[in-house]
Amino acid sequence: MSESMPTRTLADAGGVDHGAVARRSRTWGWWFVAEHRIRAMRSYVFSWVGLGIGEPFLYIVGLGFGLGMLVDANQGEQGVDGVPYIVFVAPALALAAAMQTAAQENTYGVFGGFKWFPMFFSMGGTPISAAHIVLGFQLSVLVRVLLPLTAFAIVMMVLQLGTAGGALVLIGIGLLLATAFGFAVMSWVSTQTDDRGQLSFIERFVVVPLTLFSGTYFPLETLPLLLQWIGWISPLWHAVELGRTALYGAAIEPAMLLVHVGYLVAIALLCCLLSIRTFRKRLDR
Amino acid sequence: MIEATGLRKQYGDFTAVDGIDFAIEPGEAFGFLGPNGAGKSTTMRMIAATSTRSAGDLRVLGFDPETHGPEVRAQLGIVPQADQLDEELRVVDNLIVYGRYFGLPLDYVKRRSEELLEFAQLTEKRTARVDGLSGGMKRRLTIARGLINAPKAMLLDEPTTGLDPQARHVLWDRLFRLKEEGTTLVLTTHYMDEAEQLCDRLVVIDKGTIVAEGSPAALIREYSTREVLEVRFGSARNGQAAEAMAGIGQRIEVLPDRVLVYDHDGEAAMSAVHERGLSPITSLVRRSSLEDVFLRLTGRSLIE
Repeated sequence: MSESMPTRTLADAGGVDHGAVARRSRTWGWWFVAEHRIRAMRSYVFSWVGLGIGEPFLYIVGLGFGLGMLVDANQGEQGVDGVPYIVFVAPALALAAAMQTAAQENTYGVFGGFKWFPMFFSMGGTPISAAHIVLGFQLSVLVRVLLPLTAFAIVMMVLQLGTAGGALVLIGIGLLLATAFGFAVMSWVSTQTDDRGQLSFIERFVVVPLTLFSGTYFPLETLPLLLQWIGWISPLWHAVELGRTALYGAAIEPAMLLVHVGYLVAIALLCCLLSIRTFRKRLDR
Repeated sequence: MIEATGLRKQYGDFTAVDGIDFAIEPGEAFGFLGPNGAGKSTTMRMIAATSTRSAGDLRVLGFDPETHGPEVRAQLGIVPQADQLDEELRVVDNLIVYGRYFGLPLDYVKRRSEELLEFAQLTEKRTARVDGLSGGMKRRLTIARGLINAPKAMLLDEPTTGLDPQARHVLWDRLFRLKEEGTTLVLTTHYMDEAEQLCDRLVVIDKGTIVAEGSPAALIREYSTREVLEVRFGSARNGQAAEAMAGIGQRIEVLPDRVLVYDHDGEAAMSAVHERGLSPITSLVRRSSLEDVFLRLTGRSLIE
């Protein structure tokens, strides 16, 4: 882009190289979409920082210390998974928060983008393609998810739960989980054209049950076998297994490491493709 | 610069656009005039490469929209029927984020945004949130937004629908300025006054097909008389009165609320009506408009 772009006339000012515009959009469209969403976040940033730091602290202290005292008294020296309850539960709480945030953003952000504030349609009128809208949106959700994840990591470091390096790796695992779960929610919400209350199902019937049955507050193995399958299909469980290994070195088989990462990546890829297909269809009216 | 032949759009069993041909020249203000549901917006979306055509050929600014969507959209300014602004963002940020969609450098976009706010008479509102703006202001902001990429053509889908008369005139004034600068304007409207004011040339579109084409003046000359006499006898008696008026003027059209008498001399037609002993409740002589052209071509009013 040349520096001396003439700005005398309003339209057809010359100087804007439309071919270059199209080429840039084909490559960087996803970033322009994310940029818009990040710019819009600025007006919320204060309440988010407040919540983002306050919430992890409350959860870890409340559950970890409070409930932890009871659990540790019961378990004695062996703890849970070989560590005090607060160390056991902290990575799971961080990851559950990441999943929940990704779910919320993808529920109301995606539905709203088609319906309440039809941003996706106005993006569709620019050179940006449906695939870039999908990717850019998810990237902006990751930026949003980074906030609670970082806050949790800081609290863990301050309370010296696990290793500091582990807390940082946990952020990466949280982003992978948010990507997988975010695309999963997006691929369904983007197919919904009317809100008849079904949007709140995700929170009530997916996020909450998954949080309860994914080995978050207690090891999955303590559940009856009949219920353990919920954990196996739950992206949260796979992420939590990785997170515990990262934070305090919970024993894990190398093969399972691959399974956990592979499962999350596979869900992310599949649901991303499904989302792109739906976006493409809905934007082509 | 925009050329369509046999352009068609099918949604399942419903044919929204049924094989239309048109060619739009650079610098022209071209209109699609027709009632709601005629296929105007669908046509606009096909031109804008946001709707894939079902059949026919379409070239927009040198590209086929189906295969070169980004290249087509890079050159166009879009003003959709619904504004689709980001209501949570400030006025100026709406322009900036939109400019960034085109990958334009931030400093350029910022500079141009100020210029466009001035054009849209929104400079004082630059830091206001969009949800507080009036309908007319939002519309002007949408037009400013559409200009951010220095488009080769502006596509305006019903630019003034839903605005009060004063806001419409402000908007027309802005569009007129663009037209004077030589911007190619393509617009849809179901207001004949809008079409007459802004369009150099237009096509009348009904049920997905083009029923007439020409400049507003030429269409009126071809399909209507110079003047029209409108008489009202009360809804129950209009039909009866029309029969009694047979032979007056060149053509008589009975609408539910009034009778239209088409004649080159409206006053003479009025005298003829009175000579037959008929006394309408109200009567009015006016010049023919595109509304009359549409009525003649389709047997229906533009706005039901």
